[in-house]
Amino acid sequence: MTSTITVDAQYLELVGNGDEWGATDLVLTLWENGADPEQLLLGLIAPAQARVGELWAANEWSVAREHAATATSERAIAALVARAAPRPTLGRITVACTDGEWHALPPRLVGEVLRLRGWRVDFLGANVPGPHLVTHLHQTGPDVVALSCALPTRLPRAHATLTACQAVGVPVLTGGRGFGADGRHARLLGADGWAATATEAADILDAGWNPTPRAPHDDLAHLADEEYTQLARQRHQIIIGLLDRLRAGYPPMRDYDQRQADATAEDVTHIVDFLAAALYVNDAAVFTEFLTWTAGVLAARNVPPAALTVCLDLLAADLRDFPRAGDLLKLGLAELAAGNPAGHDTMRPQ
Amino acid sequence: MTVLRNVSTPPPTHLLHAVLDATAEAVLLCDEHGAVLLANAAARRLLPDLQAMNEITDETDVFELELHGRPLRGRRQPVDETHSVWTVHDCTDEMARAAAVAQEKERTAFLAEASRRLSASLHRGRCVRTTVELAAAHLADAAVVVLPPARRRTEWVRAVTGSRFETGTMRERDVDSVPGLSEALAGFPPVPSRWLDQTQMPASLLPDGFGEIGAILVTPLPGNGVPAGALILARRAPGTFSEEEELQARIFAARAGGAISAAVLYQEQVETTAILQADLLPPELPRIEGLELAGAYRPAQDAARIGGDFYDAYPRTPSAAPGGDDAETMIVLGDVVGKGPKAAVMAGKVRQTLRALRLLESRPEPLLRVLNQALIDPRDRSRFVTLVLASLVRSGDGWRVTCATGGHPPPLILRAAGRVEPIAAKGTLIGVTGPITIETAVVELAPGDLLLFYSDGLFEARGGVGGREAYGEDRLADTLATCRNMPATAVVERLEQLVSDWINGAGHDDIAMLAVRVPPRHHHPVNLRRTR
Repeated sequence: MTSTITVDAQYLELVGNGDEWGATDLVLTLWENGADPEQLLLGLIAPAQARVGELWAANEWSVAREHAATATSERAIAALVARAAPRPTLGRITVACTDGEWHALPPRLVGEVLRLRGWRVDFLGANVPGPHLVTHLHQTGPDVVALSCALPTRLPRAHATLTACQAVGVPVLTGGRGFGADGRHARLLGADGWAATATEAADILDAGWNPTPRAPHDDLAHLADEEYTQLARQRHQIIIGLLDRLRAGYPPMRDYDQRQADATAEDVTHIVDFLAAALYVNDAAVFTEFLTWTAGVLAARNVPPAALTVCLDLLAADLRDFPRAGDLLKLGLAELAAGNPAGHDTMRPQ
Repeated sequence: MTVLRNVSTPPPTHLLHAVLDATAEAVLLCDEHGAVLLANAAARRLLPDLQAMNEITDETDVFELELHGRPLRGRRQPVDETHSVWTVHDCTDEMARAAAVAQEKERTAFLAEASRRLSASLHRGRCVRTTVELAAAHLADAAVVVLPPARRRTEWVRAVTGSRFETGTMRERDVDSVPGLSEALAGFPPVPSRWLDQTQMPASLLPDGFGEIGAILVTPLPGNGVPAGALILARRAPGTFSEEEELQARIFAARAGGAISAAVLYQEQVETTAILQADLLPPELPRIEGLELAGAYRPAQDAARIGGDFYDAYPRTPSAAPGGDDAETMIVLGDVVGKGPKAAVMAGKVRQTLRALRLLESRPEPLLRVLNQALIDPRDRSRFVTLVLASLVRSGDGWRVTCATGGHPPPLILRAAGRVEPIAAKGTLIGVTGPITIETAVVELAPGDLLLFYSDGLFEARGGVGGREAYGEDRLADTLATCRNMPATAVVERLEQLVSDWINGAGHDDIAMLAVRVPPRHHHPVNLRRTR
């Protein structure tokens, strides 16, 4: 068998070419030669996919190539687990992404690891609407819901979903970077549990996790200032106003074609949405880490960080009456001025 | 009636003593040294050892203590320079009442929690599990729910206070060996705990190491006409369950039984619905040699999974009649007016009709005309459908596509080189009028080319910066152009994701997409592993 380094590079190349059969072949050959299937999922495929994300962020791979790579890995995963998973003998687990959440690969890996360990898993995939998930819970009665959230901007919706799951009596184990690197947002939103990795999630469940059902609760006292509510409600007007003033203050924008205009609107939308998420969980890091990450992505595409700074200044003028938001924007500007390199990989807007 | 009069002379002493003796509180008159000068009847009864008072009351003006098993509360009031009066109250009744109120409060809180948790789920298994967990936490040391027998076996779920629930089954005839169980499962009123012999309880129903059983109580879980099961409570302490405890168990069992039988009813409905809607869900796409297929479907109503958009793919099928033409590979995607189950039923009809018609006719245009005739309903002209029909035939290393539309947006082609072209097919709505016009288009797909069928819900999705802008056909074409070299599944996923982000949680119409791609040439032509 070839050495590990070569195998990793080989797998990355195969998925980079969208070579579904080649990637599947490689994974199955390793398994047939005695590799542990869980290790193949988490030690080979997951790191390759993480690398794919980095290559996209560094502007080395196109978004098309990134999508093709992910689709290829999903086929390889399905082929491996279909052969390696035992008959389920343990309980039943529902694995789902939050509504509006598209990062399906990490929760999918969690689901597959659980399958390999003998759980019966219903993987509902990306972007699961809350009512759909709750209907599924009534119909199948799982022991646990594993809920994934990769982006902090989806936390308000994740909160609604996990409350709905708990309301029908099913405990929620959370995961994904959206809940914070240490799971602090999961705790704040009242999740029954949080796991940092797929292995940790599987270990928690294997140990017979059975949390006491939580009575309705509310730890989000800071929302009483309504800053989040107002911002979410006026989201569209704020974004439109911001784009108008950007156009006025930055003449080249007037000649943007549809695609460039859409891209700018998307960037502005992200800024507003991350600000709203930071207000929701009352955590400045949600906003500042996103800014640092975005500055890095823009730099890789030769966009000067000034574009971001201008945007934050305009937003600060808009939100004069929002003290919590104002503080966040000040912190964000300071962070950008300090010019921290893009070290965080926690935010991944697409 | 007693009338109070002003009296100038005090009543005689024996009457004053009688008055004091008639009061329920103990009254004692003391001098400055604490010596008791006078004690009424209640005082002599409550405090037979009057000298003890001296020690109790030496330094204080109030006391609370228990004497001869009675809780007493006393208070001193001065009457003149040297004398004072102690009044001592027997609090036994008050304490008992307070304890009863506290117990009642606890019961109410328990039943409120039970109601909240039991009403939460519509899944039978979870309701049963919640029942044993609640019962083991509040009513007994162990709780077992025995479900009605089915096929000579009966399932049970049990929990012991402080540990995880367990499930198992027993033979139906063993039900009789549990005292009171067959009566409870038959819906007879519960047998009082004192008549049940706990020593008859089979050890197998409780976990190993539970220990000696002190008392059991078996209560039916009332259901929809027939019991939903029976609840067995067991505790280690000897002595029977009290009447209050039996009453509480019955009230709890009524709520649990209600929740379990509602869940049973729901599951039956779900199973029926699942059977009925199986044919209305987007189909699992067939494997077609030389083509990649990927579909996506997002109905307008999130809780339901069905709607008026539909798609289907039919692989080439050999002719049923000897010497007849084979039915060619065919793709359909369409949109029935309206939303929800009503539209889905109509969509199902269209798919079934096509499934049969295509075996007789592979050319899209005549097929659409026949379908139109079949769907016209003179009684209801408000029900119509738009659709695209494409027949695919191998042509060199690609495919030739013959495409006809009935009032539906034309499919888009993404060429391997990245250019996006619409197919120039036109036609009128299906199912409204007899005569329809159809202009068929024929295109060639080369390796790496992708054909995207979609419903108008895709480009009419409203959202974007202002929340009201339609996604639009131009934006759709632009986005598709960025999907060059992607596998069909990735293209569909990406479009779904971008449109969903565009909508950002707002309402939308049904959205359906089906992508067909001719795989590019570079892939491994032969793979021995697949033959394994």
